[in-house]
Amino acid sequence: MNDNRQNYLSAGDTVGSWLLTNDHKRIGILFLCAILFFFVIAAVAAALMRLELLTPQGDLVLSETYNKLFTMHGVLMVWFFLIPSIPNVLGNFLVPLMIGARDLAFPRLNLLSWYLFMIGGFFAIHAIAIGGVDTGWTFYTPYSTAYSNTHVIEMALGIFIAGFGSILTGLNFIITIQKMRAPGLTWFRLPLFIWSIYATSIILVLATPVLAITLALMILERVWGLGIFDPKIGGDPILFQHLFWFYSHPAVYIMILPGLGVISEIIPCFARKKIFGYKFIAFSSVSIALIGFLVWGHHMFVSSQSLYAGMVFSFLSFLVAIPSAIKVFNWTMTLYRGSISLEAPMLYALGFIGLFVVGGLTGLFLASLAVDVHVHGTYFVVAHFHYIMVGGMVTAFMGGLHFWWPKITGRKYPEKLAQLAAIILFIGFNLTFFPQFVLGYLGMPRRVHDYAPEFQIYNVLSTAGASILAIAYLLPLIYLAWSIRHGKIAGPNPWRATGLEWQTASPPPTENFPATPVVVADAYEYPPLDDHGEPT
Amino acid sequence: MNFPIFPAAASTTAVATDRLYFFLLAFSACIIALIFVPLIFFLFKYRRGKVTSRDEPHLPTMKIEIAWTVIPVFLVTGMFAWAAEIFFEEEVPPANALEINVVGKQWMWKLQHSEGNREINELHVPVNRAVKLTLASEDVIHSFFIPAFRIKQDVVPGRFTTEWFQPTRLGVYRFYCSEYCGADHSKMAGNVFVLSPPAYAAWLAHDSPHETLARAGENLFRELGCSGCHVGSAAIHAPSLSGLYGKLVPLSDGTFVRADDKYLRDSILQPAAQIVAGYQPLMPTYTGHISEEELLHLIAYIKSIGQDATAQNP
Repeated sequence: MNDNRQNYLSAGDTVGSWLLTNDHKRIGILFLCAILFFFVIAAVAAALMRLELLTPQGDLVLSETYNKLFTMHGVLMVWFFLIPSIPNVLGNFLVPLMIGARDLAFPRLNLLSWYLFMIGGFFAIHAIAIGGVDTGWTFYTPYSTAYSNTHVIEMALGIFIAGFGSILTGLNFIITIQKMRAPGLTWFRLPLFIWSIYATSIILVLATPVLAITLALMILERVWGLGIFDPKIGGDPILFQHLFWFYSHPAVYIMILPGLGVISEIIPCFARKKIFGYKFIAFSSVSIALIGFLVWGHHMFVSSQSLYAGMVFSFLSFLVAIPSAIKVFNWTMTLYRGSISLEAPMLYALGFIGLFVVGGLTGLFLASLAVDVHVHGTYFVVAHFHYIMVGGMVTAFMGGLHFWWPKITGRKYPEKLAQLAAIILFIGFNLTFFPQFVLGYLGMPRRVHDYAPEFQIYNVLSTAGASILAIAYLLPLIYLAWSIRHGKIAGPNPWRATGLEWQTASPPPTENFPATPVVVADAYEYPPLDDHGEPT
Repeated sequence: MNFPIFPAAASTTAVATDRLYFFLLAFSACIIALIFVPLIFFLFKYRRGKVTSRDEPHLPTMKIEIAWTVIPVFLVTGMFAWAAEIFFEEEVPPANALEINVVGKQWMWKLQHSEGNREINELHVPVNRAVKLTLASEDVIHSFFIPAFRIKQDVVPGRFTTEWFQPTRLGVYRFYCSEYCGADHSKMAGNVFVLSPPAYAAWLAHDSPHETLARAGENLFRELGCSGCHVGSAAIHAPSLSGLYGKLVPLSDGTFVRADDKYLRDSILQPAAQIVAGYQPLMPTYTGHISEEELLHLIAYIKSIGQDATAQNP
């Protein structure tokens, strides 16, 4: 809309031109709108929970309501915000642009993914609207199959349907990256974001069907009393946990790998340096995806799983920490002798490293069998996974959104405000979740509606932090929306970044590139720097 | 309001777990320093516009990468071994432990000592004595968590689980259900009272007379008709249960099974699954006819006759 040339946004402004589009960029925008909608609902649930926990007594909502709030928060955040966040929004928009392709391999399948996601989302929202679900996002049996009298089936059906959207997206990415790279774009010239999306797609394709099977079995037991999980009818409740975590642990990596990819794009650009240890970062993504399939039992150390199984899962969980550490070391080394500028995407990336390191280190505590016995099922676990999923993935998503916003909309956002938002996010996040580590070690169980008075001070801190965090998320919503019409024109490459997506117009034309680009260099080939940090 | 940072450490496990926890805290602090001291230094030194040499550094990339891949492998292996050792101790209760049964149901804990004393949402134990809890659930999964002892075990319907602890300090400590179990999950909590041995003895004696668990089990053994077949003079031929507990039992498929709590539980609820060698599968199932508490009573009884020196083996 910014100039008289045709771009993907000006290609049509009817409802039909959006809802029937096959353009990966428009589908990315559709996903962005959808996940923002789910994010807001799930965030309101979180806000209500934090308000309830301000006092030890359960005085704001009923315990039944509280249980529905955390279930709704978990289900919506995991399946309808985090899992599609970077892959379906930034991945959809960027994968073809980054590899010099016109679109994904199967554009109509891509649109189908969005519709499946929306149908799944409709079921989930409808289940909430008619009364909600109180099982927790984990749906543990036999509570979910025999004891809960809430709308479990409809909620599970929503997740089941949305899952097929995930599988199709993963398939689409794998084939696109495998077959549609521009001439000269060899595997080791790919941007690391593409490697991380590839690794994520492997998990989406291999793990999601297991979730579908698990939920289907749960629904069958609830409807027809098929004795799979309930011991009263011959089932085994631990079997459910194995099946559930066989999907849901790899799903944790769906929720962080793309974030790691985004950071690997931002750091070299704002350090004007080729990334340190390219191949090690690339292979660490793949090894996280593979080892991630072998650690599900670490969710079950106190479930009555065998002692020796616990030991094997503990050891493998320690091993999966190493590829993550390698990435952090390489990012740090990339800064050495760089020319660093601290625009908003870089601030988000640096904040990400801080939060991700804390999340990763506390993962070592949880992999340690004896410590896990104590902190399992407490706020320590809640804090740990929020550090990874919110501190990590959501911060990376914000960083990526700011980084590629000029490409997506053709406009710059107000830089100073964005830097402020990034700093507020870091402070608010730590204030919200760091006290929860202390709470967890003190022994406060998660998913409780009221608690012992000695836990109050940390809950007050956490709620205070959550209100700061809310500002950090609302602020970008406002100025990004404002910038769509009023921001400065960005031009094709406002960050002077390498990468094919920056070589076409902003916003890109529908066909992405006027002619298929030819790649002759590695990723992140920034020019040598003089003593002032300017390119020579 | 006060700022507690660490919970009371009131058991042998708590001391061992805390030692590892403090090590992990110190280790984390080192790693954070190792990453963020250089990172923040680089942010200042190589800020765009700062005058400093930015010549291409010729670093031995491969050696650096191998170093920061391999060294962490050794470090985490050490941590794994340390944590696993404590866990192993936690999982294997000592033979002479005091035995207490715990039954979880929505939303209360019912506890019973072998002397027969019953408690609800309270647990009295003597100090410096190993205590083994046998946990059962009447409905959904619960989890029995005593933060001051650093122990936790899920209570899973359809099976027994166990956990044990040895309290080292007198006092009153909270316990919680730490596996979400429905509407009043957060109310499913209580207190452990760690008493001196005389105080514990006095507490046990205080609300007697009680039927011991084994005696309650013996009554059930008759009421449910078990004695009709399982005592020596019975008309129907069934394995005798005296002297059985803890022995290896030969099964009709040629394998052997240890007669422990799990085996006894399975044999009462699903008698056809494991048939003792030389016997017919005649026993009806007791699934649905017997509560978790009654099961624990019956097993206590079978255990008590297992200790008879005069027991006759089948």
